[in-house]
Amino acid sequence: MSNMILLGTRKGTVIFDRISDNWHPRQITHAGIPVCYTARDPRDGTIWASLDHGHWGPKLSRSRDHGATWEVISTVKYPKGARHIVKYLPTPDFVPETPVAQPEYADAAVYKIWNIAFGNANQPGRLYAGTIPGGLFVSDDGGDSWGLNRPLWNHESRGGDLFVGDATSENRWGGTPASVDYGVFEPGIHSIIVDPRASEHIHIAVSSAGVIETTDGGQTWKGRNCGMLMDYLPNPAADWGHDPHFVTSCPGQPDHLWQQNHCGVFYSDDGAQNWKKVSMPDVGVNFGFPVAVDATDGRTAWVVPARADSARMAIDGGLFVARTTDGGQSWQSFCDGLPQDNAYDIVLRHALDSSGDCLCFGSTTGNVYLSEDRGETWQCLGNNLPPIYSVRFG
Amino acid sequence: MTRHLYRFFPQLENRTITVPAGSVAEILNAVNEIAPGFTDYVLDEHGALRRHVNLCVNDTMVIDRKTLSDRVQNDGSVFIFQALSGG
Repeated sequence: MSNMILLGTRKGTVIFDRISDNWHPRQITHAGIPVCYTARDPRDGTIWASLDHGHWGPKLSRSRDHGATWEVISTVKYPKGARHIVKYLPTPDFVPETPVAQPEYADAAVYKIWNIAFGNANQPGRLYAGTIPGGLFVSDDGGDSWGLNRPLWNHESRGGDLFVGDATSENRWGGTPASVDYGVFEPGIHSIIVDPRASEHIHIAVSSAGVIETTDGGQTWKGRNCGMLMDYLPNPAADWGHDPHFVTSCPGQPDHLWQQNHCGVFYSDDGAQNWKKVSMPDVGVNFGFPVAVDATDGRTAWVVPARADSARMAIDGGLFVARTTDGGQSWQSFCDGLPQDNAYDIVLRHALDSSGDCLCFGSTTGNVYLSEDRGETWQCLGNNLPPIYSVRFG
Repeated sequence: MTRHLYRFFPQLENRTITVPAGSVAEILNAVNEIAPGFTDYVLDEHGALRRHVNLCVNDTMVIDRKTLSDRVQNDGSVFIFQALSGG
């Protein structure tokens, strides 16, 4: 059972410690700086925070003494020659189905470090960082230096190798609204899943492209979106263009993957080879951002449903958590301890986590709730925090 | 420069920094020698001025935001400040 909860918030990093069965917040770290993601490396205890400076560019911050002191890492950078096909801001006349006749190119710069993931124990020092505009970065020295994974960056679904020339295929990756804050409309990698059984086996998820898999340590990548549906496009079952909000897997049963997106909750029990829609709109389980999976039982997952898609708020003013224990065939809702009147919270993609019997989530309204009985009852850890972007047990 | 940068580079606080004349890029690199990492805050990985950072040579806004080739004469001044926004 974890004794630490890490929050990435609009105004800094907030750490809760469990002391004598009570959770106590520390004074905020990175005060005033948006922190879009925080996580603790289970291999060596290093705490990582992704700083989303509005003016000074994205940075990583690292603490090797349990959060007492921090150092800034500025080495997540696209190499010279890294280009991408430019998408456009979604103006009223923007037609995403119509490819641009002549691609336009831009030099790639990191706008946001959206996700940090850790290699397995047999790869000490291996870390991954997912970014907007869609580059996966890899470190093998504990985060001191980073390199771009070029096979993914040069993938045919992005136009091919733009280091050597112009596009040789059509760009099938779309932008994420999360990039609009930076004045662009570019894709982003928000989910990175390393298979605990095989370090060379990795799934990533891209908004808006879909789930992509490598089985050879990142030398080759294949889209894994069979069964995914986009209700809002002419071809809902297209290979590319999906917008998974977050994808995760069961550590004890890694072939069981879950994702939440615009069009429902999707589950795979065959390593993302096939996805099955397991939403139940009649019980409110359809739209949302995060999903958490049990550590040992891949059929058990939790979501925090919201009113889709144009509203993006709690359903009917009441907050609840839904749990399935049978791979999405049925869902049970729990609201004991959660507000049921005038609640308009939305829980973002990285803001729900599980650890043993504990779950924790935080909302953009600055509320944090904890369950210690697998989501059945909840206690409030704080009501007046900044908007919360990520929640992770340490 | 904006005092916001002093938080990350306290060695620059309350100082008027004098460096050899040259292009704005050369000036910033000279500051980076005094405060390692400084250019990572005001420039992106291609050496362009970050979107929400502004820079003036004397009282004129820098023209070349991409390569910072504008010249700074002897006794000239460079001012760095950020766009104000958000909440």
